[in-house]
Amino acid sequence: MKKKLTRGSAMILSALHKEGVEIVFGFPGGAVLPLYDQLYDDPIKHLLVRHEQAAVHAADGYARVTGKPGVVFATSGPGATNLVTGIANAYMDSVPMVLITGQVAKNFIGTDAFQEADITGITIPVTKHNYLVRDIEDLPAILAEAFYIASTGRRGPVLVDIPKDIFDQEAYFEYNTRCDIPGYKPTYEGHVGQVSRAVKAIRDAKKPVIFGGGGLIRSGASTALRELAEAAQIPVILSLMGLGAYPGDRELFLGMPGMHGSVTANYALTEADLIIATGVRFDDRVTGKLESFARHAKIIHIDIDPAEIGKNVAIDIPIVGDVKMVLEELLRKLRPGDTADWLKQIFAWQKKFPMPLGSGSAGGSLKPQFVIRELSRLSGEDTIVATDVGQHQMWSAQHFIVRDPNTFLTSGGLGTMGYGFPAAIGAKLAAPDKKVICISGDGSFQMNIQELTTAVHNKIDLTIAIINNGFLGMVRQWQDIFYAKRYSYTEMEGNPDFVKVAEAFGAKGLRAASDKEATAAIKEAMQTKGPVLIDFIVDPEENVYPMVAPNHPINEIIVGGDQQ
Amino acid sequence: MKHVLAVLVEDKPGALTRISGLFSRRGFNIENIAVGETLTPGISRMTITVEGSELLIEQVVKQLHKLINVIRVSNLSTEPSVMRELMLIKVNAEVGNRSDIQQIVETFRGKVVDVSPDSMVVEVTGNEDKMEAIKLLLQHFGIKEIVRTGKIALLRGSKVTRESLNGSRWQ
Repeated sequence: MKKKLTRGSAMILSALHKEGVEIVFGFPGGAVLPLYDQLYDDPIKHLLVRHEQAAVHAADGYARVTGKPGVVFATSGPGATNLVTGIANAYMDSVPMVLITGQVAKNFIGTDAFQEADITGITIPVTKHNYLVRDIEDLPAILAEAFYIASTGRRGPVLVDIPKDIFDQEAYFEYNTRCDIPGYKPTYEGHVGQVSRAVKAIRDAKKPVIFGGGGLIRSGASTALRELAEAAQIPVILSLMGLGAYPGDRELFLGMPGMHGSVTANYALTEADLIIATGVRFDDRVTGKLESFARHAKIIHIDIDPAEIGKNVAIDIPIVGDVKMVLEELLRKLRPGDTADWLKQIFAWQKKFPMPLGSGSAGGSLKPQFVIRELSRLSGEDTIVATDVGQHQMWSAQHFIVRDPNTFLTSGGLGTMGYGFPAAIGAKLAAPDKKVICISGDGSFQMNIQELTTAVHNKIDLTIAIINNGFLGMVRQWQDIFYAKRYSYTEMEGNPDFVKVAEAFGAKGLRAASDKEATAAIKEAMQTKGPVLIDFIVDPEENVYPMVAPNHPINEIIVGGDQQ
Repeated sequence: MKHVLAVLVEDKPGALTRISGLFSRRGFNIENIAVGETLTPGISRMTITVEGSELLIEQVVKQLHKLINVIRVSNLSTEPSVMRELMLIKVNAEVGNRSDIQQIVETFRGKVVDVSPDSMVVEVTGNEDKMEAIKLLLQHFGIKEIVRTGKIALLRGSKVTRESLNGSRWQ
């Protein structure tokens, strides 16, 4: 076959087709005019957002649900810089993503040209890798590498910055998805000797616990995890990023550890003699004071990223590899120990320390915990939740029963307010048959409120639940506990009427201020084709408990609430 | 303890920025850095001296490995290796003390590479101790300016830090 010359913008869309990309999230502009012109006649769908940050978060939600890289287009300068928060968010949570930005034409680079920003320089610290294309001849290989790097090893965002003139230049297009990059060879299979040591440690352990994170979800290890936990009768603790990797309604599930984790999870980590850490990175929100973390435990750490092993916590048995492959190998060789006494202890803790349902201080007002539980109960088992960041996020993690991987989308590492709503839009596009709920706060929601246009215009059928306490609740909680209730600029005075906002954008708006109204509103929302927004007016001074103060041992827990 | 790392890097625009950025971002201190070409076109070798505990160096090495452009990282401090640095020193020199300076330079097997009416430029190569020793001695005459290349190092014996680029399109 005779090779034919292909234009840069056509190469990009061909590459997208070869990678199986079905939808692009983006916002056009001057430097990407040729690319958008190419897109005009292409079957690939494009979701037009109202702010570039939302494009990244939507692509992020899409990527988490499908496991495929999310793809974003944006223009040079402000278009590209608006992506940065979303990229940093995806990087911290290891979400596969390919971002294509336009750049000023090659001869303008470095001249402070109109809408010029050094986006590759800016994003070096927050991308897995990035490229500035300098020659059209390099474009096919760079695109293939970008997808390969984003979606293998420890996943992450890869940015490709393309000068405007390159979109219009021509070269021969040959696309090889099998890349060989000398400096990038992820290890997938666990070291045989280390796996044997892990098997022996599990056999000998009296008080073992599995502590799993986002790595379980990215590698598709849920089934292997479940089989391992149940065959060896080892209880499971999941980090915020790991929620859904093990069904939240099963007996062996102890909840989330750390700052707002369950008492049982924190006690179990503290008392354990063996921690099987899988796809986690021992974040400070999990470990609390490092010196007191898991002092009695031998730690097995399985992770695809060698740099995570031994970074924060000393590891006894390090296993670098794909979490799923290593767990399957462990399962084949597994010799279960006796955990009966340990489980007895665990279940006693669980009975003694259930998740607090609310303080009841402001008698009769609606409790956020109740709202989350009702959302969980009434939305059915096949639901995807996307949260924003703050108190509602922690209450969601504590009270929403997450059963399946890739159904709880949250900004874990970066803690990005404004993530939830666009991520929910991306999730719905990824899984049109699933129910999607965005649980947000009155503060977070306003950080990407403009995306109501996107949701309404594209008839995105989702429910937005605003846990409206009129505060930046989590910051207020810290001011309450650590700053003598000096609520410096955390009261959201001047909040709009969210029901009217929803209606102005063309969405349905509901409000609930009591238990009864909340239940009724959720039921109505579940029956209504969305977007539907529910403004839940909740107790303004409710705090998230349990709580471990920062840099304290995780077994020093402020239990809080009404223990019932 | 000081560690000397040999880092083989794809010779790509921005590779140095990625590496220096990594050090500042993660709070690692680069003591010095020297960059040059290798036998393989397209691959540069950086010799980076870092001060830190074993644990810190382990993180440095792992984080460097994570950079896509980094092909190989070897810690040369853990094995017998030859380490050298080149230093040029411009020292005050009048007719009366030139021979004293000359003598010191010879003792250190250095060379005088330039002479002017009131100064001399001295070239020395060697390890860090030697550099510090001659610096101390020449300070006596007044050092006007100094420039150092940063340390470079090779493993002793026939063992090499491999730089193969098998099958890469960058070849």
